Amino acid sequence: MPDSAKAKPHIKPSKLKTDMAVDLIGVNKWYGDFHVLRDINLKVKGGERIVICGPSGSGKSTMIRCINRLEEHQQGQIIVDGVELTNDLKKIDEVRREVGMVFQHFNLFPHLTVLENCTLAPLWVRKIPKREAEEIAMYYLTRVKIPDQALKYPGQLSGGQQQRVAIARALCMSPKIMLFDEPTSALDPEMVKEVLDTMVGLADDGMTMLCVTHEMGFARQVADLIIFMDAGQIIESNVPEEFFNHPQHERTKLFLSQILH
Amino acid sequence: MTMSEGDLAVMELRFVRAAMLESQPPPAGMRGAVGWLRENLLSTPFNITLTILIGLLFAWIVPDLIRFLLIDAVWSGADRDACRELVQNRTVGACWPFVFERWPYFVYGSYPLSERWRVDVFFVMLAIGVVWMLWLHAPRRGLGAIYFFAVVPITAFILLTGWRAIGLEPVDTVLWGGILVTIVVAWVGIVVSLPLGILLALGRRSPMPAVRLFSITFIEFVRGVPLVTVLFMASVMLPLFVPEQYSPDKLLRALVGIALFASAYMAEVVRAGLQAIPKGQFEGAMAVGLGYSQMMRLIILPQALKITIPNIVNTYIGLFKDTTLVFIVGIFDFLHTVEVSRIDPKWASPVTSTTGYAVAAIFYLIFCYAMSRYARATEARLGLSDRR
Ligand SMILES: Nc1ncnc2c1ncn2[C@@H]1O[C@H](COP(=O)(O)OP(=O)(O)OP(=O)(O)O)[C@@H](O)[C@H]1O
Ligand SMILES: [Mg+2]
Repeated sequence: MPDSAKAKPHIKPSKLKTDMAVDLIGVNKWYGDFHVLRDINLKVKGGERIVICGPSGSGKSTMIRCINRLEEHQQGQIIVDGVELTNDLKKIDEVRREVGMVFQHFNLFPHLTVLENCTLAPLWVRKIPKREAEEIAMYYLTRVKIPDQALKYPGQLSGGQQQRVAIARALCMSPKIMLFDEPTSALDPEMVKEVLDTMVGLADDGMTMLCVTHEMGFARQVADLIIFMDAGQIIESNVPEEFFNHPQHERTKLFLSQILH
Repeated sequence: MTMSEGDLAVMELRFVRAAMLESQPPPAGMRGAVGWLRENLLSTPFNITLTILIGLLFAWIVPDLIRFLLIDAVWSGADRDACRELVQNRTVGACWPFVFERWPYFVYGSYPLSERWRVDVFFVMLAIGVVWMLWLHAPRRGLGAIYFFAVVPITAFILLTGWRAIGLEPVDTVLWGGILVTIVVAWVGIVVSLPLGILLALGRRSPMPAVRLFSITFIEFVRGVPLVTVLFMASVMLPLFVPEQYSPDKLLRALVGIALFASAYMAEVVRAGLQAIPKGQFEGAMAVGLGYSQMMRLIILPQALKITIPNIVNTYIGLFKDTTLVFIVGIFDFLHTVEVSRIDPKWASPVTSTTGYAVAAIFYLIFCYAMSRYARATEARLGLSDRR
C-alpha cells in the first residue's frame, strides 16, 4: 500500500494509549474441571505481530478470545492497552471498542448488507454520523478490494470475499489491536491468498496483531514472534527464523515436522 | 501397440470446443400446465395417489357445499317459514335472510343503535393502521407505527367506551359484542403478546437468576393451564385482589387473561428462534463492541423473529380462534352472537344452525387465511437476504 496515507485523509489512525498493547499475566482458565489455559504469560507491545500456532484443542482460540472477553478467565490479569479486564461491563465495552476480531467462520450478519455490516458498529457504538460511517466503510472495503460488493448480502459472496468483509468490518471501528482466529482455515485454497494479502497489508501499516494461524508462510513473512501452544500452555516462543530453523522443545519439533510437509 | 494406434488413442481423448452452444428453451414437458402437473401432482406414485384422493374428496364435498350455500339457499323472507322445507315444499339450503337480519347483531352485539357509528370509525381506523403497517411500500411507515401502537389504541378506547366530556355517551362493555369484541380481543392479544413474549423469552435466557426464575415460572405456569382456566381466574380471582369499586371491567379482565396467555406461548416461540441463532452471531456482535440491548435489537432479534414468522403467525391464528372462548365468562364475541341468534324462535328451522355456523366458519377462515397468506409473503421477501 504505497500511498495509503494519501488515500485516507479523514481516517484517523488509532494510537495505543500505552506501550503495552496486551499483557497477560499468569492467566488461568477452566471449563468446569478442564484446565484449558495454564499460567499464560504474554506481552505484546504496540505494533507487534504475534502468530500463535499449536495442535487442535491446545487453547489458542480460548486465549485470544479472552483478550476481548468473549471468554472469561478465572485467574491472573489481562490488561489491554492499560485497561484491566474484570467483570466491570464498562471496561469490557471499552476494550471491545478498541479490539477488532476476525473469526474462522466470518460471523457476518446475514440480514444486513456488506455496507451495513461495516457501518453498524461505528453508527451505534461510536455514534458517528451515517454519511461519515459509510465513507469509512467504503474506504476499508476498497482496501480489501471489494467496494463493488457493498450492497450485496454476505450470503451472495464467496468465502474469501466474506472474510475480507469481516476484516473491513473490524477495521471500520478503527481498532488499535486486531485478533485473528484461524481466518483462512475455512476457506478454499485459492481464496486463502487474497485474505492473507489483506492481512499482510495490515501488518505493513503497523497494526498490532495477534493471529492464530497455521499459514507458516504468512508467519515467516510478518510475525515478530511465534508462539507455540500445547495443552493450554505456551511451550515455546521465538522469532520466526529461530522458531522454524532451531526449534528447542520436542513437542515443537514434532509439530513442525508434521505441518511443514 | 504401434505408433499409429497410440496416436489414434490420443486423438480420441483430445477435444477442443469449436463452437459455443446457445442456451435452448427447456423441453415442452417441463413447461406450462403439463410441466406443472407433472412436477407438482404426478411426480411419484405416492403423489399420484394423493392427487386422486384429494380430487375425490373435493368432488365429494364441494358440490354439496355449493348446493347448500348457493343453489338451494333461501335469499329472502321475513321469518322461519321462508326456510322450512314443509312450508316451501322444496329442498332448502342456507337461510340467508336470517343472517341478513341478524348481521348488525353479529357485528356490534348490543352496542346501542345510535352509537354504532363509533364502532364503524374504530373498524376504519384499525383497517388503516393494519394496511399501513403491513403494506411494505406504504409511505412513512414510522409514523404508521406510532399511529398503530399509540393513536389507535387510545382513540379506540375513548371512542368505544365513551367520554362524557367530549360528548360521547359511555357504553358499558357488557353491551359490546359480535365482531367488535372478537376484533378487540384478538387485536389486543396480538399487539401485546409479541413484545411481552420477546421480553419473557429474553428473560428466560437472562444471566440474572431472579429475572430468569420469574420468566420461567410465568411461562410454565400459564402454559400449564388451559385458556379457559386463565379466563376464569381473570374474571373470578382478580376481583378478590382488587377492591370491589376498582374492580376492573369484565371485558378488560378477559383481555388481560388472553394477552398474558398468548404472551407465554409467544415467549416459547421467540425462544426457539433465539436458540436457532448461531453462537457466532452473538460473538460477532460483541466483538464489534455492541452492548447487550444493541446486540439483541440489531442483530439477534431481527434474525430470530424472521425465522419464527411462521410460528408467530401460527400463534396469532390460534389466538384469533381462541378468542371464541371468552363466551365462557359471559362475553358476547362473534361466535357467541351467532350461537344466541341461531336459537332465536323467530328463525327456528332445521337449517338455521347450519347457516349460522357456516357464516362463522367463513368469517374465521377469511381472517386466518389472510394472516397465513401475509406470513407467506413476508417469508418470501425476507428470504431474499438469505440466499446462499
Ligand atoms: N465452551 C467450552 N466448554 C468446554 N470445553 C471447551 C469449550 N470451548 C473449548 N473447550 C475445550 O477447550 C480446549 C481448547 O479449545 P480451543 O478452542 O481454545 O482450542 P484451539 O487451540 O483453538 O483448537 P483448534 O485449533 O481446533 O481451533 C479444547 O479441548 C476444547 O474442547
Ligand atoms: Mg480454535
